[in-house]
Amino acid sequence: MNFLSDPIKVISTWLTSLLTGWGLSAGLTSVLLSLVGIVLMITAVMVLDIMLVWVERKVVARFQGRLGPNRVGPYGLFQPFPDIIKLIIKEDITPDGADKLVYNMAPIISLGSVIFLWAVVPIAARIYGADLNVALLYMVAAGSLGTLSIIMAGWASNNKYALLGAFRQVAAMISFEIPMVVALLIPTILTGSLSLQVITDKQSGGNWFFLLSPLGALLFLVSAIAELGRSPFDLNEGESEIVSGYHIEYTGMKFGLFYAGELLHAFTFGGFLSILFFGGWHGPAASTYPLLGVFYFVVKAMIGYWVIMWIKYTVPRIRIDHMLMFNWKFLTPLAFALLIVTAVTNSLLKGSSFYMPGMFLSNFLLGWITIEIMRFSSRKQRLAVKAPEPAVQH
Amino acid sequence: MAASQIIFIFSAALIIASAVMVVSSRNLIHAALWLIAALFGVAILYAVLDAGFLAVVQVVVYIGAIAIMFIFAVMLTHRDMRDSGVQVNPGWPLAAVLSLLTFGGLFAILSKWNGLGNLPAPIPGTTNTLAQLGLALTSPDAYVLPFEVASVLLLAALIGSVYVAMNKK
Repeated sequence: MNFLSDPIKVISTWLTSLLTGWGLSAGLTSVLLSLVGIVLMITAVMVLDIMLVWVERKVVARFQGRLGPNRVGPYGLFQPFPDIIKLIIKEDITPDGADKLVYNMAPIISLGSVIFLWAVVPIAARIYGADLNVALLYMVAAGSLGTLSIIMAGWASNNKYALLGAFRQVAAMISFEIPMVVALLIPTILTGSLSLQVITDKQSGGNWFFLLSPLGALLFLVSAIAELGRSPFDLNEGESEIVSGYHIEYTGMKFGLFYAGELLHAFTFGGFLSILFFGGWHGPAASTYPLLGVFYFVVKAMIGYWVIMWIKYTVPRIRIDHMLMFNWKFLTPLAFALLIVTAVTNSLLKGSSFYMPGMFLSNFLLGWITIEIMRFSSRKQRLAVKAPEPAVQH
Repeated sequence: MAASQIIFIFSAALIIASAVMVVSSRNLIHAALWLIAALFGVAILYAVLDAGFLAVVQVVVYIGAIAIMFIFAVMLTHRDMRDSGVQVNPGWPLAAVLSLLTFGGLFAILSKWNGLGNLPAPIPGTTNTLAQLGLALTSPDAYVLPFEVASVLLLAALIGSVYVAMNKK
């Protein structure tokens, strides 16, 4: 067995033989190895998270015509470390009347709900945490834990701005969960499996699901941005109305956990976008050399993350009634229509040579019809507003 | 003792302790959070039994939706969420006797059953339990009728809530 073709397996066999050579039982060894794997995975993700602070600050600076951090290290690369030191030495304040236990648990659950997601992410061929056969649903479940952490933070802070911010964010997350779950069902229909491993493997050889369902990828992106609470859906924070939302009372590293969770969540959704619609770790020579697959995966996830940042720093915040109307009257019906169209076209064309163009064309047609309906209804609304008032009788 | 039995004992203790806290906690939000802990314990039990789908659905449906809805309902109905009154009503001795009798009866019956310490038979790795569940829910000679009837019931609840909330002009 070659190290380059299966690094995890080589390391684990070596460690197993080492530990059993020391006299440990086989069961204990496998438990220990799993623990080591979990700790390594979380460490890798959190180190990446530290660098994401730099990425986020640098990219937002570019979008806003600024330079961004450029003092500490080359290109400001070591900026996250002063940030962390500042967060750690800040005074830790618990507000009067706060519910201490719930208040302190909320940031942990918030970051935890994001790290949970990495248990099922296929990072490369033969490098993954667990191959769950319900991985997509697991993703939704981890997201609902995130919702729980937000309502806990908002309520336990004993601050009405925090509570209002939590209410808004939870309303957005619950409602945008529906188009997101429906968008997740589209790769499921195309592969017949909920496992992320199978979904990635079916996209080998450039057979990306983005080509089969561009509308599905777009729906997933939009609902992911709403789920993240990023602009234009960042109603959880509004400086002029509710200050910074549910984490207004948190200081120091507790705020840092929310912040780290938010950045990592955005990157993770970039990763999920790449896994579900852009082939995941697949690329030239990636299946023989998994470390190359890791590189492809991180690059694709970064591109997805970049698109999310691009939208965040370009589009202004929209009003909450507009946001909920956008979800319930536009995204949700569109998602269900797309689900039906995808299911029907998939079962009609499966195996024929017209499969990929047919799927693409059906998505294109659906998008076109949607735009026509939108144009019709907005014209009607404009006419209703502009309609001349009936002459007033004197 | 097998690993699954140890996990079972821990999660059962978690479920019972949090269930007691749900009914005895004076703060309604704390009760809701303890309810989430109890439901999470049930999800652990499903996971131990190799029912991954049920475990995840338990988390999505109960923790994600019902718990959040419960918190919303609590927050929108009460001004002060602390309950300062007596927590039991006058009939509590009768209820205690009845529940002790039920527990005793169940305990007596179950202690006579000799399958109590058995471990569940392992599911062969080749079976796709998720696909089997999906087929069972949609095949005409299995559960398609109850499945569809349940969905019609949910649709009726949805239409009903829209009708109640609708602004009649």
